[in-house]
Amino acid sequence: MTAAIASTRLIRFRRGVTLPILLLIAWEVSSRIGLADPRFLPSLEDVAITAKRELVDHDLIGELAFSLMRNIAGFLIGCVAGVAFASLLALSRTADVLITPTFNGLKQISLLAWIPLISVWFGFGEQAKIAFVALAAFIPIVLNTYEGMRNAPADLVEVGRALRFNARQRILRIFLPAAMPSIATGVHLGLIYSWLATVGAEYFLSVGPGIGGLVIAGRERFDMALVMVGVLILGLVGFLFNRFAYALESYLLRWRPQQE
Amino acid sequence: MSNSDHLRIREVTREFNVNGEKLTALDSVSLNIAEGEFVTIVGASGCGKSTLLRLAAGLDTAHAGRIAHDGNLVTGPSLDRGMVFQEPRLFPWLTVERNVALGLENSGLAKREKKRLVEEHLELVGLSGFAKAYPHQLSGGMAQRAGIARGLVNRPNVLFLDEPFGALDAITKTRMQDELQEIWARERITMVLVTHDVEEAVYLGDRVVIMSPRPGRIRDIVPVNLRRPRERISAGLAKIRTRVLESLNSIDSRPTATDERPVKDESGRRAAPLRPAVVLAN
Repeated sequence: MTAAIASTRLIRFRRGVTLPILLLIAWEVSSRIGLADPRFLPSLEDVAITAKRELVDHDLIGELAFSLMRNIAGFLIGCVAGVAFASLLALSRTADVLITPTFNGLKQISLLAWIPLISVWFGFGEQAKIAFVALAAFIPIVLNTYEGMRNAPADLVEVGRALRFNARQRILRIFLPAAMPSIATGVHLGLIYSWLATVGAEYFLSVGPGIGGLVIAGRERFDMALVMVGVLILGLVGFLFNRFAYALESYLLRWRPQQE
Repeated sequence: MSNSDHLRIREVTREFNVNGEKLTALDSVSLNIAEGEFVTIVGASGCGKSTLLRLAAGLDTAHAGRIAHDGNLVTGPSLDRGMVFQEPRLFPWLTVERNVALGLENSGLAKREKKRLVEEHLELVGLSGFAKAYPHQLSGGMAQRAGIARGLVNRPNVLFLDEPFGALDAITKTRMQDELQEIWARERITMVLVTHDVEEAVYLGDRVVIMSPRPGRIRDIVPVNLRRPRERISAGLAKIRTRVLESLNSIDSRPTATDERPVKDESGRRAAPLRPAVVLAN
């Protein structure tokens, strides 16, 4: 049984990595046979050498740590604020009537359009970057949490009434868990958006340590290998976040029947 | 206060507003229930039997008339009044034991005491082996048993059951009726069970309350003076069942002026059934 699951996993993994490996081969071949200008598309080898140089001689890990710190700080703020704000909208009729239409209007504004405002309010430093990342996570989390809470089964709300639940019990025992599948979707999206926003903040706000800064530095020096290193790291971290989000989701939703 | 004053329903009327039309779900219903009694309420759908149960449980309070439990006016749900719904209504994110423990959430008991009571009631309904299972892993009958355990665990004074076995297959249903009867005999909790199954009403009840629809009224109350445990196929039971059926059938053969007027909305479709939950949602 376990062996069968392990072998299906292995097969799925092999299928999943086929395309990336083919792309890498195509990349390497095209740069080797001179199909692509190495100034625009450096060879894999160049990228590997640059990666090693950045890792050993410069502080690549430190840069990554800076980006991750920013990302996690912003994500957590956006997450907590998002769930709290959405709970308020979903559970208070007054708040819903007063605030939800405005929120629905504001969410249409492109995230990038907030950057000038944020930089005026928070300056160009760390605070502004974290605020931007938090905003990126906040919006999908609010939307999904709100949706999930509004759809909490009326049957179970009535059970709570029959059992004399107070407001705290209603939220903790009924509304939050009922919304959990939606919240997980929101958190998942928030995690991806906030990572995109982390890089965006590093591009558009002041240049500082971070992977985004690394990519910009590569562009300015016309060091495409460095740009590639940055891009690959961004992709890899995004991929790992995605996997982490899936794992978290299946843990939080373990009470649901298994789906194929 | 005499024993029959345990639950007093006096001249209770409940009206719903369905698409602008006033609908009388209950019309001046009065009923006294004694402590420890098992009363079953039977009637066709739309006779207001579930509405009556919800009013008595305090889940619905928009009625005229008085409902008193142990001398206190019912103005909302109370932990002294347990409720078992037609669907198990378990919280899918909690294990069976934690679902049952919800019934003790506001009991103010110590943690150890709660744990003991939950274990005891899981055993009572035969779910000890499934304490850690999630609701989706249970069969319909098992889930309903967990719902009954949740209703009982707080030792309510009265347990209201709203067609609790309506969704079960015949074999499971019979077994659950026997189990419920055993629990009732052992715990001496007053039980009020709503059903559309005459056999079930007669088999379980000390008295069978027969209701007629539109407007919902009590038409007849048939005592079942048979010794327990009862035989399902005894002649005495059959006689009473026939009487209840005759009473129900005579309702159908004698339509009242308001009877054949189905509730329709503008599009001509039949409006939502008169489930209070649906009506309140509008």
